Amino acid sequence: MKHIDEYRDGALARAMAAVIADEAQPGRAYRFMEFCGGHTHAISRYGIEDLLPDNVRMIHGPGCPVCVLPIGRIDHAIRLAERGEVTLCTYADLMRVPASAGHTLLKAKAAGADIRMVYSTLDAIRIAEAEPGRQVVFFAIGFETTTPPTALAIRLARRKRLANFSVFCNHVLTPPAIRAVLDSTDVRIDGFVGPAHVSTVIGTDPYAAIAAAYRKPVVVAGFEPLDVVQAVLMLIRQINANRHEVQNQYIRAVTVEGNLIAQREMADIFERRPWFEWRGLGELALSALRLRPEYADLDAEWRFDIETVPAADNPACECGAILRGVKKPAECKLFGTVCSPDMPMGSCMVSPEGACAAHWTYGRFRDAANAGAESALV
Amino acid sequence: MRDGRVDLSHGAGGRATAQLIDEIFRPAFDNPFLDQGNDQAAFDVPGGRMVMSTDAYVISPLFFPGGDIGSLAVHGTVNDLAMSGAQPLHLAASCIIEEGFALSDLRRIADSMGRAARDAGVAIITGDTKVVERGKGDGIFITTTGIGIVPPGLELSGDCARPGDRIILSGCIGDHGVAIMSLRSNLGFETEIRSDSAALHGLVADMVRAAGSALRLMRDPTRGGLAATLNEIAQQSRVGIMIEEDAIPVREDVAAACELLGLDPLTVANEGKLIAVVAPDEADHVLGVMQAHPNGRQAALIGRIVADDQRFVQMKTSFGGGRIVDWLAGEQLPRIC
Repeated sequence: MKHIDEYRDGALARAMAAVIADEAQPGRAYRFMEFCGGHTHAISRYGIEDLLPDNVRMIHGPGCPVCVLPIGRIDHAIRLAERGEVTLCTYADLMRVPASAGHTLLKAKAAGADIRMVYSTLDAIRIAEAEPGRQVVFFAIGFETTTPPTALAIRLARRKRLANFSVFCNHVLTPPAIRAVLDSTDVRIDGFVGPAHVSTVIGTDPYAAIAAAYRKPVVVAGFEPLDVVQAVLMLIRQINANRHEVQNQYIRAVTVEGNLIAQREMADIFERRPWFEWRGLGELALSALRLRPEYADLDAEWRFDIETVPAADNPACECGAILRGVKKPAECKLFGTVCSPDMPMGSCMVSPEGACAAHWTYGRFRDAANAGAESALV
Repeated sequence: MRDGRVDLSHGAGGRATAQLIDEIFRPAFDNPFLDQGNDQAAFDVPGGRMVMSTDAYVISPLFFPGGDIGSLAVHGTVNDLAMSGAQPLHLAASCIIEEGFALSDLRRIADSMGRAARDAGVAIITGDTKVVERGKGDGIFITTTGIGIVPPGLELSGDCARPGDRIILSGCIGDHGVAIMSLRSNLGFETEIRSDSAALHGLVADMVRAAGSALRLMRDPTRGGLAATLNEIAQQSRVGIMIEEDAIPVREDVAAACELLGLDPLTVANEGKLIAVVAPDEADHVLGVMQAHPNGRQAALIGRIVADDQRFVQMKTSFGGGRIVDWLAGEQLPRIC
């Protein structure tokens, strides 16, 4: 896997950083939001902001599907899992997200609920086939990246006539979230680093309307640190030239039209919910998916008599403001005091792609420096 | 020894227990102490400071490329003794075996323990065997306790690191944890990744001879990996640490496996590596001595101790930016996308 080295090459990074420093106009502030949690993680893990001049800053966006899932939906999943006949299959990231009263899927599992970590939707299908006496529910989350695999599982369940498989669908859509961030006037964003793998599915085309309507450039970037740095350079060049177009930095994986087969499958099986609550962004119209009526028999929300009860976040938790890019993790009173990866209060801290977890794990040493504390180096 | 399996009578202390010890443990461990057949072992103690350490081994799977629970149980305790600068003297071993455990596996493990002990120049001189009912113990659990003697004047401790000291890592990180994890997830890599399980007291003896009082402390990065060990040292010594990602040796196949599994090599367990903190003037000399030893060929200078009230472990990434290296939070969970 040579790309481990090539896309992380320090010498190339320094060369690009020099070009950025040269082209970023002094006295001008460039504020770019990286939408996707994977980018937030890469920026923190490689310390990319250290390579950028002071007037180029990255703002962390809400593109972490674990982080934007409201507490009420996790409560719903936990109640499903606590039904004796249910086997809840979930991606690992959801296990420790705190729901109401600090309850989590992990705690429910320790108390006896049949909750199983899976790497793929197909694992859930296999479990349903192997254990016909269990009601297997797949806890589906994610943006457009993980939606096609869920669609595939639903197709397979249909074809195999599985009576014991259903999906608890929490898939959400990227363009409405980008619009919601731009509509909230709290913070100025000059451009977007567009999501990598979402774009392999939806293509770069959907961002064109956003770029035009809001007059902000969007550069779709790969996950490797060199991809991110190159995207920042492309954004700076657009800003300097007063352009607001969609550009594709991730040409090795993303095309304009995206994956048409995946899009067709998604359109066949899912429809947009009129409204869906997003943690931190509130209720957004036409921003999330549910199974179409013809697939209602595979929808866990129809099969099981459980309702989602909206639940409020901890009042001191600033996940909402952080997801919109209005506040930084260090500005939340709970950060590092009550809230840490060992004892997360909000979802931004649980998922490794959440802004707070990324900052805690990789970047919090800068808070001390920023607060003026001295650190003597020998 | 009916049916080739351990049953409850083997742990009852009667004839079956004696038979188990006589036919499996005694020949495998092969030493005059066990031959005496007492509940304890009596021996003279050379002068000097004595060191004692104990550890339980509950690893699953029991057998893996590069070792098994038996050799691990010997290496692990020998290494804990060695980290104080001590030469291991004697080991004790207690086994808790699940009813139904295959005798052939038990023999294999006992033989492996005996071999590892002989190679390390120590003997397992006393022990205990218990059997628990089926379902109450995951195959076998082994606890080993060891004693050793520290050369006079040597007082290594986790709180001895000082700003300016250099940090040496004895070789590539991540091998053991990745070897185990790839077996557990049934991933079937085409490249076999082997655990690095090994006894380090020979390497340590060379280092102690070469460095004298310039050696501040040693520690082996087992569970929690290099990240946990460096943070422990930072906390204990009340200092900060700066390391360079480029300087940290990682095998290419281990790095690739970590990439696939969503792991950070810094947090992955090692069973045949150590960290040494050395005074700056002697660092290059100690490094050379380590590289001359079979267990230290890839030894590298990876960073230094700095003054820092916050006690952060900071790393300059290969990419050029900075980040901290923190303890792992909870258990390693893979990422969704």
